[in-house]
Amino acid sequence: MNNLRQIAAELLNTGKVNAIVGYVPVDGTSRTKPFIATKPEEVEKFVINQNILNNLSVYLTKDEVKKNFKKIGIIAKGCDIKSIIALIQENQIQRDNIVIIGIKCSGVYADFEETRIADKCVNCEVMEPHLFDYLVEMENGSVLAGEDQKIKIIRQIETMNAEERWDFFENEFSRCIKCYACRQVCPMCYCERCIVDKAIPRWIESSAHKRGNFAWNLVRAFHLSGRCVGCGECERVCPMDIPLSLLNRKMIMVTQEEFNYKSGMDLNTPTLIGSYDLKDNEEFIE
Amino acid sequence: MNKDNFEPKIVAFVCNWCTYTGADLAGTSRMKYKPNVRMIKLPCTGRIDPLFILKAFERGADGVLVSGCHPGDCHYNAGNFHARRRWIMFRKLLDFLGIDDSRIHFSWVSASEGKKFVDVVNGFTDKVKARGPFTRFKKLNEEFVINE
Repeated sequence: MNNLRQIAAELLNTGKVNAIVGYVPVDGTSRTKPFIATKPEEVEKFVINQNILNNLSVYLTKDEVKKNFKKIGIIAKGCDIKSIIALIQENQIQRDNIVIIGIKCSGVYADFEETRIADKCVNCEVMEPHLFDYLVEMENGSVLAGEDQKIKIIRQIETMNAEERWDFFENEFSRCIKCYACRQVCPMCYCERCIVDKAIPRWIESSAHKRGNFAWNLVRAFHLSGRCVGCGECERVCPMDIPLSLLNRKMIMVTQEEFNYKSGMDLNTPTLIGSYDLKDNEEFIE
Repeated sequence: MNKDNFEPKIVAFVCNWCTYTGADLAGTSRMKYKPNVRMIKLPCTGRIDPLFILKAFERGADGVLVSGCHPGDCHYNAGNFHARRRWIMFRKLLDFLGIDDSRIHFSWVSASEGKKFVDVVNGFTDKVKARGPFTRFKKLNEEFVINE
C-alpha cells in the first residue's frame, strides 16, 4: 500500500500526470468508490483491496476528464487494462498520455458483498496484468475460488429452441426502463451521439416499451461485439437486474471461436470489425 | 389466416451493382419467381447496417434476405468483405436471441446470375412459408407496459 502511495505521490509531484484515478473506501461500508486525485496529499486515501470492483477506464473517455487533465494516471486491474488497451486500439486514448499502475489482482467480490467472487474473475487470465508502467500488489489478497454462473446460463440458453430463447429474453428485457446506465458506465460506449439518441429517423425508441427495449439491448450488444472485454460493469449498474453480460459474454465467445480474437489483449492488433480477412468463413452464405 | 394461405413478407436488402442487376436480368428474361419479396436497393452490402435487418423484422417482415456481390467482385473493392464479417457476428447474436436461420438468409448473386436469384428467392420463400409468420415482434408492438 505504501508502495502505491509512494508511486502516486511521486507521479503527481513531478508533474508526470495531472491526476490519478483510483479507488477510495466508502465510510462505514466495505465498498469502494472512484476518486480522482489531483494533489499529492490526496493519494493517502487510495486503497487496493478485494472490493475494487469498478472499471475506472470509463473515466478516460469522458470529456470532462480529457479536457481538464492532459496526462492521467490510472490504478487498474487486469480487466480494466483490457478496456484501456481496447480504447487505444480504437485510437480513443494515446498510450503516451496515460500512466498505468497495474495491480496484481486475486479477484474481487461480486457486488462488494464479500460472499462470492465476481463472475468475471473466475478463469481470469490477466491476474498478472499484461500492460503496465508500475506494478503493485493487492493488499490482503487471497485468490478467491468460485464458479462462473454466467457460462452455465449461456450453455442452458444454447439448448433452448428459438421460441424459448425469445421468451427468455423478452421476459428479461421487459424490465428495462431505458435509463442507459449500461451505456454510461461502459468504457467502449464513447460515441458522442449514440444511435438511440438519433431522432430523425428514429431507429430505436427511447421509451420503456417492450419493442424498443428489445431493439436497444440487441443493438448495444451488436455494437459491442468484437470490442467488449467482459468487465461486467453494465450488469452491475443495471437497476432492474437484467443479465446483460449474458449477451456480451456470448459475443465474446463467438469472436473467440470464429476469429480467434480477444479484445484488449494486444495494443497493436487492428480491431476486429474494422478489418477483414479474405478467408473469413462464408459457409452460411449461399 | 390459416397456415395454408399464409403468404410471407420477405424483405431483401440487395446491392445495386450485382444482385439488383441480377434480379433485373431475371425480370427481363421473363423468369417467374415468388412475388413475396420486397427489394431494398443499397449501393453496396457494406452499407447494410444490421439495424436495418432488425427494423425490417420490427415492422412485420417474416424473413429477411441479404444479397450482394461475390467476394472480390465488389464495385467498391472491399464493401462485401466488411459486410461478411458483420454478418458472421450478427447472425450468431440473432440466433442466440431466437431469430434463427429460417428467418434470415445471406447469398452472393452476381449481375449475370438471374437464375440463381430466382432460386434463392423461391427457396427462401418456401422456407419461411413452412416456418410460419413471425408474430413475436408484432406482439411486442401491441403490448403496453404502462398499464400493468
